[in-house]
Amino acid sequence: MISIQNLDFSYPDNTPVFKNFTWNIKESETWSVLGLSGSGKTTLLYLLSGLIKEDWGELQIAGSKITRPRPKTGFIMQDQGLLPWATVENNIKLGFKIRKFYGSDGKHSPIDSKFDKKLESEAVEYWLERLSISNLRNKFPAQISGGQKQRTAIARTMVLKPDLLLMDEPFGSLDIKTRESLQNLILDLDRESMVTRITVTHNLEEAVYLGKKIIVLQRTGQEGLIFKNPGAGPTDYKSSNDYTKTCTRLLKVMESLK
Amino acid sequence: MKRYTIKEISLGFVMFLILWEALALAVNKPILPSPLSVLPIFIKLMAGELGIHFLVSTLRVITAIFAAIIIAVPIGLVLGQMTKLNQFFSPLISVLYAIPKIVLLPVVYVLFGISDFSKIFLISLILFFQILVVVRDESAGLPKTLINSVRTLGAGRLALLRFVYFPASIPAILTAIRVSIGTSLAVLFIAEQSLTEYGLGYFIIVRAYQSLRYKEMYAGILAISFLGFLLYYLIDIVDWKISKHKADQ
Repeated sequence: MISIQNLDFSYPDNTPVFKNFTWNIKESETWSVLGLSGSGKTTLLYLLSGLIKEDWGELQIAGSKITRPRPKTGFIMQDQGLLPWATVENNIKLGFKIRKFYGSDGKHSPIDSKFDKKLESEAVEYWLERLSISNLRNKFPAQISGGQKQRTAIARTMVLKPDLLLMDEPFGSLDIKTRESLQNLILDLDRESMVTRITVTHNLEEAVYLGKKIIVLQRTGQEGLIFKNPGAGPTDYKSSNDYTKTCTRLLKVMESLK
Repeated sequence: MKRYTIKEISLGFVMFLILWEALALAVNKPILPSPLSVLPIFIKLMAGELGIHFLVSTLRVITAIFAAIIIAVPIGLVLGQMTKLNQFFSPLISVLYAIPKIVLLPVVYVLFGISDFSKIFLISLILFFQILVVVRDESAGLPKTLINSVRTLGAGRLALLRFVYFPASIPAILTAIRVSIGTSLAVLFIAEQSLTEYGLGYFIIVRAYQSLRYKEMYAGILAISFLGFLLYYLIDIVDWKISKHKADQ
């Protein structure tokens, strides 16, 4: 699904972030990305999303080189980026409107996009219900809570049927209860849609709970450390021995990076 | 921005009329007639001659507003997104912005002739710079995360303009028009005083004032004030409609 080979990337001020970085991801895998702050976690997601471009090396998703945001990649950010002047429902419809604006050009929207009003509104209804926000459809972002905004952002992305979901600290600013319910929702969605998912988080427990594979970004020029975490997925994983062991192991690794 | 109710507006009118009447009684000269004698003339004239002048002036202002929006908004949106281009033009814009556009009246007349176009052009020019500057600054100041997240939904430059930058600048456009209505009407008033046979400026100065018909002059003043009030009120209604997302936060 994703192939990153010998990738180099520096910030505009020439601070190198990635040097000779390689990472491969198979379809339907769920990955968590850990690393100290400044290790390039978010930058990696931005590279994958096509919002920024690598300086050197190769980044391919589903066999194509990434030069701009890919229509079938969904990106959920910590600051949801909802349109403040549009209702929850209209925010969720935004992707459809953009696709219709360009037509099925394969560049801004999938080449096989169909523009069926009925199917679209059914999809919007489905995700409003699925994320328990249908009672908020006419509310504006400023009138709903952080968790509800994040649900809206998830619906806005999922309604476009992505095959790759990128999440950048998606629940970082939410309280523990909201955070847990959304984590469980994400695990449910994994089972339902077989989407490939990459979640960037600074929260070690969240990384272990959400990712069957975990990559820890080290210093620039060093390879990412990869850990298997096959038990992740079920919502009762947190009470298992494997979970505790993986957390302890990763904690040591993170300590050693400091 | 607070939206006034019909009740508050009516109350405002009554207070205005009382103040006027009091002043008229105090001054007690033909130059300040009582509203009781002006209002019947105003109503009678609005159904005839004054009504035509009112329509002509209204059309000129409204055309100028739309022309300014159509030209200034796209330029503002482009400058707001293209940092280098904006940096290049910014000094020029701030110099042009500061010029009181009314002084260009003779130049405009010579260049474009004594026509409706010249008058509309001059009013548009005032609005143009106001709108250009606010749209430019508004679109340059949008949060990067908002832009990025909409880009990941597939939006390229054009869709960003259509779905993000333009809707984001509508409130700023309304503010720009609101603050320029006073100046626009002032310029309209001056531009209509000569070399035309229609418009409220012509009516007030040539038809009424120069023949010492003070009551008719006040009817004209009422008409141009009413036009100003109407424009403010229209903008408030539009603003209220599109700013619902800012309500009950």
